[in-house]
Amino acid sequence: MNTEAISAAGHAIATPSFAAADAPPSRPWSGANRLIGLILPLGLALAWETAVALKWADGRLLPTPSRIVATLAGLAQSGELTSHVLATLQRVALGFAFGVAAGTVMGAVSGYWTLARRLVDPTLQALRNIPSIAWVPMFILWFGIFETSKVILIAVGVFFPIYLSLSAAIRGVDRKLVEVGRSFRFSHGEMITRILLPATLPTYVVALRSGLGLGWMFVVAAEFMGAEEGLGFLLIDGQQTGRPAVILASITAFAILGKLTDWLLASVSARFLTWQDSFKPAE
Amino acid sequence: MLSVTQVDKRYPNGVLALAGLNLTVAAGEILAIVGGSGCGKSTLLRLIAGLDSPTAGRIALDGTPVTAPRPEIGLVFQEPRLMPWLTIAQNVAFGIRHLQAGERTRRVSESLARVGMASQSGRWPRELSGGQAQRAALARALVGRPKVLLLDEPFSSLDALTRGDLQEHLLDLWGDDQPTMILVTHDIEEALFLADRVVVMQPDPGRIRTAMVPPLARPRDRADPDFLHCKRRLLTDLGHASGVARHPVAASV
Repeated sequence: MNTEAISAAGHAIATPSFAAADAPPSRPWSGANRLIGLILPLGLALAWETAVALKWADGRLLPTPSRIVATLAGLAQSGELTSHVLATLQRVALGFAFGVAAGTVMGAVSGYWTLARRLVDPTLQALRNIPSIAWVPMFILWFGIFETSKVILIAVGVFFPIYLSLSAAIRGVDRKLVEVGRSFRFSHGEMITRILLPATLPTYVVALRSGLGLGWMFVVAAEFMGAEEGLGFLLIDGQQTGRPAVILASITAFAILGKLTDWLLASVSARFLTWQDSFKPAE
Repeated sequence: MLSVTQVDKRYPNGVLALAGLNLTVAAGEILAIVGGSGCGKSTLLRLIAGLDSPTAGRIALDGTPVTAPRPEIGLVFQEPRLMPWLTIAQNVAFGIRHLQAGERTRRVSESLARVGMASQSGRWPRELSGGQAQRAALARALVGRPKVLLLDEPFSSLDALTRGDLQEHLLDLWGDDQPTMILVTHDIEEALFLADRVVVMQPDPGRIRTAMVPPLARPRDRADPDFLHCKRRLLTDLGHASGVARHPVAASV
């Protein structure tokens, strides 16, 4: 075989491969596909509503969806719902922000720097296993009964999944990519920000979402400790006054807010992950 | 000039990968290092790149010891090793991140044009074929205009046609700045097609067995009888180097 032949053939092969490397056509998210997720909750709600209406079941202990909606509407009308939602949202947002910041810094440091890992990781792993409720009395003693202790409790809950995932993910980054950074004489800071953090971004996003989920759980625990407003307070109030519809209204509000914030987080982060060459299941 | 003097490399597990290795590479020379797996050829390249340090001995570029990666030394790995979260242009810009944005953009497009990838600059690595990705890796290594370009089996994972294409392309690229090139390969034909000098290494412990300056005019023709003769000789050397005396004719098929 002579070189001209190789070269000519190489070009002939190379040219169509440019076209073949085109990105696959993006699947438009049709409205119908999104609505599939509503079938299950709406179907269950409708079934319960029908069952109670036909007297097959008693709606006293498990109020019908229409009563829950009516309760929510009443709370919204009096302005209570807004103040509860805003109070809870603010706590979750602050706790999430502090938890994410601390978890990211600690996770990055302990993932990158072995000495730091040996120093702090065992302690953090031990602390991680303490149930959140166990902290409540201490946090009230240390930080008072008002907002600070609540935000810290939520931040603690958010911190651990972020810390754990990020430090583990950094240790799982492909050595070969890190070596490219070394060959270009990256500083430690550049190595972290330009290679390790981008490489761990997909895992990090999942960690953020599970951290946010924990944030929503911890806010209830936080609001159990003497809050005057918030969805958790509403829940306790419904319990103490024997109103299951109020309890379920609060739970419904938690579910909707949790779902909305998770969706927001997922869709914002998806924009940073378009580079991923990952499995896309068939429709 | 690059010099490797009495270099030993022992890994923490006790394996002696290189022993008493001496090698001098002239500026602008294209040197190929061939040898079977485990002969220490990739280890040697990592030492020259400054990614690893020798247990004993000295490596110097123009008199200055190489103890860590240096800007004058560019490196192409066996895999493209492009950052999947950066576009091709951003990947190439990795090599010159200290330059000002305008200058950087100019150099990146120039470098991508040199490897024939100008139209791919906005693509993601996952969208490229193997040959295109390796071209991008070449552009990234060359964008800083290194004095020395190290290539660790750069084309071994490509199909034969793309490989031949890229080998010729590499010679074109060399013609522009004429950097010193050290190419590690297990492909004797590739070594003979590209190199001014071919060094054969042997394992246990890794050392240089023979060296050959192929008496071949450029551009080289893989079907030329002299080319085939050189190939047969190198195969014989390699057979001895790995402890297996192969039949020269059988080996050249």
